[in-house]
Amino acid sequence: MSDTTIRPDAIAEAPPAKSGREVIFRHSLVVRVTHWINVICISLLLMSGLQIFNAHPMLYWGQYGADADKPVIEMVADNWRSPQPQGLTRIGGLTFHTTGVLGVSGGEVRGFPAWATLPGHRNLAVGRNWHFFLAWIFVINGGLYLLYNAANGHLRKDLTPTREQLKPSHIWRDIVDHLRLKHPVGEEAKSYNVLQKFAYLAVVFILLPMMVATGLTMSPGFDAFAPWLLDLFGGRQSARTLHFICANLIVLFVIVHVVEVFIAGVFNEIGSMITGRYTIKTRAH
Amino acid sequence: MISQPFSRRGLIGVGSAVMGGLMLSGCDRLAQAPSLLGLVRGAEGLTRRSQHLILSGQPLAREFKASDISPTFKANGTLRPGGETYAAMVANNFATWSLSVGGLVARPFKLGLAELKALPARTQITRHDCVEGWSAIAGWTGAPLGGLLRRAGLLPQARYIVFHCADDLIGSSDGSGLYYESIDLLDAFHPQTILAHTMNGAPLQVPHGAPVRLRVERQLGYKQAKYVMAIEAVDRLDHIMGGKGGFWEDRGYEWYAGI
Repeated sequence: MSDTTIRPDAIAEAPPAKSGREVIFRHSLVVRVTHWINVICISLLLMSGLQIFNAHPMLYWGQYGADADKPVIEMVADNWRSPQPQGLTRIGGLTFHTTGVLGVSGGEVRGFPAWATLPGHRNLAVGRNWHFFLAWIFVINGGLYLLYNAANGHLRKDLTPTREQLKPSHIWRDIVDHLRLKHPVGEEAKSYNVLQKFAYLAVVFILLPMMVATGLTMSPGFDAFAPWLLDLFGGRQSARTLHFICANLIVLFVIVHVVEVFIAGVFNEIGSMITGRYTIKTRAH
Repeated sequence: MISQPFSRRGLIGVGSAVMGGLMLSGCDRLAQAPSLLGLVRGAEGLTRRSQHLILSGQPLAREFKASDISPTFKANGTLRPGGETYAAMVANNFATWSLSVGGLVARPFKLGLAELKALPARTQITRHDCVEGWSAIAGWTGAPLGGLLRRAGLLPQARYIVFHCADDLIGSSDGSGLYYESIDLLDAFHPQTILAHTMNGAPLQVPHGAPVRLRVERQLGYKQAKYVMAIEAVDRLDHIMGGKGGFWEDRGYEWYAGI
């Protein structure tokens, strides 16, 4: 493959490969490698996290919370001694019948089902072993991503919305375009659109740091070192609840992200995150 | 040629789908393969060393107000140890209970409950965090462990303090399920590490570890050994019970439970 030796800037300046198409260099090696490490980490962190959650599938608000206290979210089994227990999920005052998925699944009383947890069967110890191992890799990987991309200006140049993009009319047009599943072509496709930037910034600077911070404040050791951080979250059980909510928001982001990848062209999008090269249509079809 | 051939991308797609499938079906086996789990558990050392770094100044765990105490403090693990010896101690209000302090110490000694209660005590209202995820707040009064260890005089080679308990959590006939725990000297000499005999102003009740339980406030619930009978200073843990330093540690949980 002779093209692998071409430098990024040379590719950017290269003439269009075919008429109506242009190949640009979009993702640096560091972005690509940290992205895929992140995919593995977040998937397995989620699954081992659900294993840990299952040890006590109730969430509370405040400093304390256990069986006798009122949860804000809980997954329970009704008639759990009977051959056919029913899974219930309660969120605030609302009760949902979730047999087969939450509360009861595979004939077992458990919060999340076996296919969603690591390991599949109930094993809190192994779930924790994996969760903390992955948490270290996730933090180191995320730290490398931030350092590299802050230093080379990627965060500022490519992820920060421009003044033009922040105009309400522009944001509105972008929302309408997204709803119509219309994707930019030509010059516009060379940079991220404003909703994309908002989503990436929210994940990189709010959701993922929140996962780390709420995770750390569940540690009694860390709490002795930095009690103010736990105070910020309103207590240890609030931190656990926020950890769960942020994990859900990350899952929501991943779903939208993957759907967008398919809409925008799955081979071009995934290919660009592997090779760095992204093909742009230079005119509308 | 700059653009990638379609077939290569196709291969990548098919490849990742196959990998994904393999991962899901082999996930459980892989997640618990001894060699892989060994690597995964290596992260505990990194966590322990990092937390030692930030905790070496011995900061205190948050202490709460009396009004913050949980209305109900969930009792977990053993709720009443079996066996006639313990039952007899309950019957005589622990008058025959004694705590032995030994191992790698210059002056081993034994202490009755009344003597322990007569020692200078520390009272703290702290949060108990179970490894399962729940928390409860209670007030604890007891003798600081550091004072007892100083009285016994730790030998220079002592590195860990082991707590031997009266409860057998799996009801084994050979004593292989007897609860035990261990902590390092940083935690042993932490001012909030106490042998609690009083909970919320009343004598410690049986479900909570009567007559005495350990409070080591910067670690999770399974470190807070209940029904403590003996304290032993050791230089290593691998020759005790399962060799991992505690009942739950022998069953896969981390020895360092600060997180």
